[in-house]
Amino acid sequence: MSLTEILTFILLTAGALFFLAGTVGLLRFPDVYTRLHALTKADNVGLGLVVAGLALQAESWAAAGKLLLIWVLVLLAGASVAHLVAVAARQRGIKAWKQ
Amino acid sequence: MEILYSAMALFLLLTLVAGLWRVLRGPTAADRMLAAQLFGTTAVACVLLLAQAIDSPPLRDVALVLALLAAVTAVAFVRRAWLPVDQNHVAD
Repeated sequence: MSLTEILTFILLTAGALFFLAGTVGLLRFPDVYTRLHALTKADNVGLGLVVAGLALQAESWAAAGKLLLIWVLVLLAGASVAHLVAVAARQRGIKAWKQ
Repeated sequence: MEILYSAMALFLLLTLVAGLWRVLRGPTAADRMLAAQLFGTTAVACVLLLAQAIDSPPLRDVALVLALLAAVTAVAFVRRAWLPVDQNHVAD
């Protein structure tokens, strides 16, 4: 295995771990707001690591740029959606979880 | 390396199946929507991995469309389907 392949392997594994953590958080956390927190970590960091790992193997700079573009789009969408859902939940009177 | 990409894609699909439990359970519509949102991102990562595994670059455009659709779905949900209680009498 070359160095880039090892790097890809590490980045992809780390990304998959973040997706796993996001899913576990979505299943285990107690209310909408904490679940939003788990979800956005998986969205941003998990996909970011997967994209970084795949960009190392991309056949051209244009392909790597497209991968990066997809990630930036998901970042923007994830941030806006998390904000919108949290505001809507608050307006609906959903209480934040207290121990 | 193709085996690694396919294995990662399969692993992401398995986390997606685990996430279905939250869709069933709820309790509010927003929780179900958040699970759907996570499915959107997981699907994007999955399709990107498959594009690399079977060496088919057009699949990256599919990932781009999936990312866009997930965002549009969530915005439509918040602005149209899940309004504050006094504006919308449909139960969760």
